[in-house]
Amino acid sequence: MATVALPTRLKDAAIAAGLALVLAIPFIGLFTVSTDQGLVVNSRWSWVAWAVGLVFAGRLLLGAGRDALAARANRKNNEHIDLTNHHKNNRILRGIAIGFVVFIVPVFFLIYGGASGIQIILALVICLLIGFFLDILGGFVLPALKKVDRSSVGTRLTRAFMVAALLFAVTLPFMPYSDRYIIDLGTTVLIYILLGLGLNVTVGLAGLLDLGFVAFYAIGAYSFALLSKFFGLDFWVCLPLSGLIAAGFGVLLSLPILRLRGDYLAIVTLGFGEITRIVILNWQGLTGGPNGVSGIPRPGLFGLSFERRPPEGMVSFHEVTGIGFSGEHRLMFLYLIVLALVCLAAWVINRLRALPVGRAWEALREDEIACRSLGINPTASKVSAYAIGGMMGGFAGCFFAARQGFVSPESFGFIESALILAIVVLGGMGSQVGVVIAALFIVMLPELGREFADYRMIVFGLAMITIMVWRPGGLLSTRVPTVKLDQKGA
Amino acid sequence: MSEPLLNVTGLTMRFGGLVAVDGVNLSADTGRITALIGPNGAGKTTIFNCLTGFYKPTSGELSLSHPTRGKVSLQTLPGYQVARHGVVRTFQNIRLFPRMTVLENLLVAQHVGLMRKSVLGVAGLLGLKGWRTAQKEAIERARFWINRLDLAAVANEEAGNLSYGMQRRVEIARAMNTDPLLLCLDEPAAGLNPRETAALGELLQGIRAEFGIGILLIEHDMKLVMGISDHIHVVEYGRKIAEGTPEQIRTDERVIKAYLGEPDEEELPAVVAADIAEVAAGEGDRV
Repeated sequence: MATVALPTRLKDAAIAAGLALVLAIPFIGLFTVSTDQGLVVNSRWSWVAWAVGLVFAGRLLLGAGRDALAARANRKNNEHIDLTNHHKNNRILRGIAIGFVVFIVPVFFLIYGGASGIQIILALVICLLIGFFLDILGGFVLPALKKVDRSSVGTRLTRAFMVAALLFAVTLPFMPYSDRYIIDLGTTVLIYILLGLGLNVTVGLAGLLDLGFVAFYAIGAYSFALLSKFFGLDFWVCLPLSGLIAAGFGVLLSLPILRLRGDYLAIVTLGFGEITRIVILNWQGLTGGPNGVSGIPRPGLFGLSFERRPPEGMVSFHEVTGIGFSGEHRLMFLYLIVLALVCLAAWVINRLRALPVGRAWEALREDEIACRSLGINPTASKVSAYAIGGMMGGFAGCFFAARQGFVSPESFGFIESALILAIVVLGGMGSQVGVVIAALFIVMLPELGREFADYRMIVFGLAMITIMVWRPGGLLSTRVPTVKLDQKGA
Repeated sequence: MSEPLLNVTGLTMRFGGLVAVDGVNLSADTGRITALIGPNGAGKTTIFNCLTGFYKPTSGELSLSHPTRGKVSLQTLPGYQVARHGVVRTFQNIRLFPRMTVLENLLVAQHVGLMRKSVLGVAGLLGLKGWRTAQKEAIERARFWINRLDLAAVANEEAGNLSYGMQRRVEIARAMNTDPLLLCLDEPAAGLNPRETAALGELLQGIRAEFGIGILLIEHDMKLVMGISDHIHVVEYGRKIAEGTPEQIRTDERVIKAYLGEPDEEELPAVVAADIAEVAAGEGDRV
């Protein structure tokens, strides 16, 4: 693969810019403003120029980067053939390209501003880019410090995304643009991420379909609601208990379905979800039936309450810290709790993947018969997968009850199960980063289109179909190996 | 003579009215390559499935002389336990974990030991030292087999993306990573070219010599079977019709009849006839 001459690169960039021009005229160049006389179409040609210029420069840089990569691969191949190192990039050029974009994008949007809904996405994108940039820097610094084997670009990008997303998530509630709505939306997203991570263990890793995952969510929520109602236990005691109870039900569910596969498994798990909901709905004496359970206590921070008037025996947060009372503090606190839960869950599951337990799950998904031929007990693997997945669902449920202060069977219908499954499938089975992206997508997309009222669900459905056609394996379908063999002396 | 590693007596497997295996006796010992041959549909794979815990035999005794656990009746164990007692198999149609890397495939094979050392995952979750060393050892053991089977270049590739010949090798490496007493190979040369088959023969002989484990082999490639086996059992229609050394089998009338048919129907098994003739000729050169 020889490097391509500059004129060819210029031509290539010009074609891309031309395409960008065609697209940018309707999408960027024209916009509507509603005035007294109705909608008026305005133009902003400077934006179009910017966009076209950006594409041209970006394409040129990309081409240059690729050439550099090819040249380097050539050199490498002459020395010796190394299968794993094909994807290494020219760090300097990539760094410049990404730095350029990192610089341009915020400037672009700071100048022109944007709608508040869009801001969330933009902030994400920017953070993502900063993450890439940091990652590039890391790529320079780390090998200099220590001659380490640099991991492939794929894992590196994933890690960069995770770092950026975490940075964004932690700082989100303290950002000036974050109002009640955004924090609340963020909390919802995080609950779904937690649920997605849980279901990802059973469906994505162990390959066991579960159409009734909402049952664990409900069990977690009701565990907390009832434990607090009858025994007066608070959130922090109930959180692990809810997880354990849900895990127990996971074990219970896994027993009758050990021999089932495919359609049959789907039907039984679907039934489990419905049975749970119907039992809750009808067991008036315990669960309050359709009326639900209300008055669930809010979580406190080491005995500090976030209420204006703290319950007996508690001190309120605003009195102790001297920060003026604000209802938003409680929301921020809830947000941070669920964020911590998500991080913990992601860490544990990621860790489990590289342990024999998790490896057995994946092996089970790949080939159950081969598992048995290697002495792995498939029963133990299935039971543990449902238990761990169920536990995550239980945590999410417990948090959900604490956040709402009220639970009723209505929150735990089949549509929730379907939504969580959609998150897992859309994200790419088994991929944790995929779950995060898909949860963002699935929860936020309907929010962004609120002004379109009911049509947004059509758009939402179309978007899902498009994604699945475009990427049948989900957004992130490549699997990241849990361990790599470093080639000694290579 | 002491008790062989594996002693099968009166193995019978019935599926409804069909008797797939009928009172077969056979044995396999450590440090020996035992082959099981027979025409298609003779019941070889069924015998394998009974041995390795995938079928519960209708009757018969599968007795394993385990060096530490003494005599074990394999037919009484739950399926997955058979592998834990050291009888490990490969499959006629390769069964790898296609979306996992070669290295991960080999680590899954070490599941039982690692599970104990990670204390059901708890020690592993906390990253305790004992677990970390155990994991390092596991990777080193996998590395040994990766290098041994010439898979170093693809160790981090997904197993499903490898060529057929490589997948065969990964499957053998994976089985060896369970630290078996008896390695059962179901047609390991199927789909391999002559050169790969020859290499496979050398590999199996090497494994036998180096690790002193027993190998039980189902194979249709007569050249391979005759070349490396110490002992051969021949089955036809679920019954054993002959056993002995390759020399004895080659000249056994019933075996020739099973493969070639009666003298008057010569057309059908011409390929096999050529095979055997070729091996006989080759053998003549060597001696």
